[in-house]
Amino acid sequence: MPWLILLAALGCALIPYWTDDVQLREGLLLAAVYVILASNLNLMIGYAGYINFGNIVFFGLGGYISVYLVSEWHWPLPAAAVLAGVAVSAVALLFGLGILRLRGAFFALATIGINEAVRQLVTNFEPWGGASGIYLAFDAYEPLGGPMQALWIVYFLVIAVTALSLLLSFAIKNSKFGLGLIAIGQNENAAATLGVPTPLYKALVYSASAVLPAIGGGLYFFKSGIIEPGGAFNLGTSIEAIVMVMLGGPGTVIGPALGAALYEELRGALLTSDIFSHLQLVIAGALLLVIVLFIPGGLMGFIHRRLAWTRRWLE
Amino acid sequence: MKSSATFFGVSGLAVAALIAGTAPSLAQDMLTIGFTASQTGKLNNDSTAQMRGFELWRDEVNAAGGIKAGGKQYKINFVSYDDESQNTRVQQLYTRIIVQDKAQFLFSPYSSGLVATAAIVSEQYGKVMLTTGGAEEKPYRLGNKYLFQVYSPADQYLKGALLALKEKNPKAKIAFVYEDDPFSKAVAQAVRAQAKQDGMSLSLDESYSGSTTDFGPIINKVIADKADALLGGGHYADGATLARQLHDQNAGLKWVTLLVAPDSPNFATLGDAAVGVSVPSQWEPQVSFKPDFGPTAAEFTKRFSDKYKIEPGYHAAGGYAAGMLLQHAIEQAQSVEPAKVADALNKMDVTTMFGRTKFSTNPKEHGLQTGHEMVLAQWQKKNGKLVKEVIWPKAAKTADILY
Amino acid sequence: MIAILASVFDGVLVGAVYGLAAMGLTLIWGVMNVINLAHGAITVFGMFGLYFLATELGLPAYSAVPISILGGFVAGVALYWIAVHRIIGRPELMSLLATFAVNMMLVGIGTALWTTSPFNVPVSLPGVTWEGYTFTGTHMMAAVLAVVIAGLLYVFLHHTRTGKAIRAVADNRGAAELSGIPTAQMLALAFGLGIALAAVSGTLIATMFPFTILSGEAYQLKSFVVTVLGGLGNPAGALIGGIALGLVEGIATRFMPVSWIPIIEFGLFVLCLLAFPRGIFAPSKA
Repeated sequence: MPWLILLAALGCALIPYWTDDVQLREGLLLAAVYVILASNLNLMIGYAGYINFGNIVFFGLGGYISVYLVSEWHWPLPAAAVLAGVAVSAVALLFGLGILRLRGAFFALATIGINEAVRQLVTNFEPWGGASGIYLAFDAYEPLGGPMQALWIVYFLVIAVTALSLLLSFAIKNSKFGLGLIAIGQNENAAATLGVPTPLYKALVYSASAVLPAIGGGLYFFKSGIIEPGGAFNLGTSIEAIVMVMLGGPGTVIGPALGAALYEELRGALLTSDIFSHLQLVIAGALLLVIVLFIPGGLMGFIHRRLAWTRRWLE
Repeated sequence: MKSSATFFGVSGLAVAALIAGTAPSLAQDMLTIGFTASQTGKLNNDSTAQMRGFELWRDEVNAAGGIKAGGKQYKINFVSYDDESQNTRVQQLYTRIIVQDKAQFLFSPYSSGLVATAAIVSEQYGKVMLTTGGAEEKPYRLGNKYLFQVYSPADQYLKGALLALKEKNPKAKIAFVYEDDPFSKAVAQAVRAQAKQDGMSLSLDESYSGSTTDFGPIINKVIADKADALLGGGHYADGATLARQLHDQNAGLKWVTLLVAPDSPNFATLGDAAVGVSVPSQWEPQVSFKPDFGPTAAEFTKRFSDKYKIEPGYHAAGGYAAGMLLQHAIEQAQSVEPAKVADALNKMDVTTMFGRTKFSTNPKEHGLQTGHEMVLAQWQKKNGKLVKEVIWPKAAKTADILY
Repeated sequence: MIAILASVFDGVLVGAVYGLAAMGLTLIWGVMNVINLAHGAITVFGMFGLYFLATELGLPAYSAVPISILGGFVAGVALYWIAVHRIIGRPELMSLLATFAVNMMLVGIGTALWTTSPFNVPVSLPGVTWEGYTFTGTHMMAAVLAVVIAGLLYVFLHHTRTGKAIRAVADNRGAAELSGIPTAQMLALAFGLGIALAAVSGTLIATMFPFTILSGEAYQLKSFVVTVLGGLGNPAGALIGGIALGLVEGIATRFMPVSWIPIIEFGLFVLCLLAFPRGIFAPSKA
């Protein structure tokens, strides 16, 4: 399984590079960013059974920290992104210890509150440009060899973070920690009785699910060249990430990744098609509804049910 | 680039020649211009108007046989996609427009944030992009070489309003209430500086969140403050709500200038609440610039209204102007090569129905609009009907100021 | 002092409407564990309902109120059988997805029909002016109607057979089923009521403020805040929660920059969730 992930990542990294297909790269990059979001969100939703509505807050905060370091302090991008990841996961640990006492919908609502409160705080935070955000000067790409080359480097880094996300999902699922989480997801009280340290586990997974999205946010907003509160803490994207997890199959390793890629390709195709572009929201909504109503368990659930042998090597 | 132009030429040739029946001595070619528009999401209203401006220009150029340059005649072809009013997809779509659809020139999406995002891609590929609907200055201070701004930048927006107000009442107590979004904040900075310079005081200076649903508390603050004038606003929904509540709550103001919202013909549905509200505008149908080329404002207004059954606002005129300016630059350069066209744009200093256009060539703010001047329009009641009149600058006014 | 009193009064008026807007959300949540993400979009359709009836058809503005309730109810029952029935009893996440899908469709259709430009329906009702502060007639009317509708809902849920059956289903679906209550019908009924409440609150909001197809998002978020203040699943608490929110907005604005209000609002929201997860004003589930 880990080899499969690495192989896929390598393919994604090299194919557009060899064929010099920039269009393919852009499409894959956006899909990869969604895979990062969905895959890490799955740690919360699929494993521990907690719906994190405001998951985008990690992505946005990571983006802000990293863009700020690159733009104002001229840090190298990788260092800035890694620091963003560490800082955001530390913040998440603190938040987590607080709000993870809540369960079910209460937790979900609290995460919305956190995202909105952070968004408003950043909007009022002048060192980060307040409402207008931070614009990267064009020469910020110079240390990476100019914008053309910088975009390739960012792309490889994003693919690396994507692979790490999947590997993290895999490693957690096959660990004692993961077993504990899944127990929490099934019945938290029973898990606690059986000796799973539930508050600690929950806070840890909340924090773990923040690291890679924060790094991904740093890379993504560096690539965009601009970060502002509306785009960074977009609740709509958060909800889309949940949709991707459910689409692919929560609790599986590759399900959320498949869901993310599928959802992104679908929206992209509708957006650029002549016939559907005016009604793309309506059609995407209708398709989603049909899938939710008639294919519960998502894509992986469907595959596992139909082809039982896949259970053994596709998690 | 060249090969792609001929490729499109082959397919376009037969059809185009049949429709237009142009001079056979000129070789027929296609010129592809790409952009994203916000067909869904919060920017849909302005973006659609802008796109109609582009389209009217395209149709007129093609009907007249296309753009002549370097012994060739180019028909205009558009590629455009929906950016959903979000910058998430803008870079992907602009890359697609350049790489896959082989666009030679670009127009910008609508709004400052989206412009900045798209500019990264256009600059990488060395494509000329004319920006309309991106008033904020920041994207031009990042070292771009191929970005050209058609609109007056944000610091110009409330200049006229402050001057007009100063003339009516130099001691006016001004409440300044604006949305906390990138554009309005850029406007706000300039207002503060100018008010200080002109010796006028802002008795209230606050920003509100774009999701504000009820302005009652803010208006109560304005009333408690006994302000004479209110400047500010942000975009559509908030501006309309603010205007209506100011009227409903009899805030006792003598002067109200709001950004963006009152420019829309829809603003008239506010009825009496619209009377006296003024809006800084890039362009109004009544302006009387003598164009160096292209239609006059009145001619444009008629053609646009005939085609879309709605009067053009400044977003529509800006879109049309972007097309004309690009065309003019190509004709001057006698080439469709980006570097040469950019050069022609750098040298350009012209007046069209949109007003004067000159781009800054200072490397620190390359492409920033420095020639264009804004007007101040005010909703007034004439024979029981609501109309928008130009009240500032004096040289361009069509009616007296209502204070 | 006068200024503060004016803010308090304004806050109560607007808050009552916020409360009504949240009531539908909290009713549906309480009865069937469904967080309705299409709530905001429905509210907006209620707003456009007023536009259609009053501006396009020229009917008196407040005649739209009963029509909205009726239309919302029918649409809600239909929506229940199309999009919600199949996911009852499945993980609550599924209900999020289904209603989110409905939300996407509604917003998409709305954008195609009305673009995203603002619409305004002028409603003239005389207001009251006091010491320079004006309380508009539309605000007062909306607040009164909100309280009346909330009262009717309370009477229905607590003093009619059907209402009691709905509450029984909310408390324990299995037991309700065993005692012969047609649970699916009750759920459809409750969902229809919730949607009707969302729609009529939109109609009332549209008498006070201009609106666009995207206005729903702000009201959806506000409704979450109100729901938490008033207690999840408690329609009566929602009215109190709404007034509390209106007061916070009205009074806090006097003492700090307006841009800080949302921070206060959502900070308070998270703290309330942590300290009183069942709501401040309603310690027990209705």
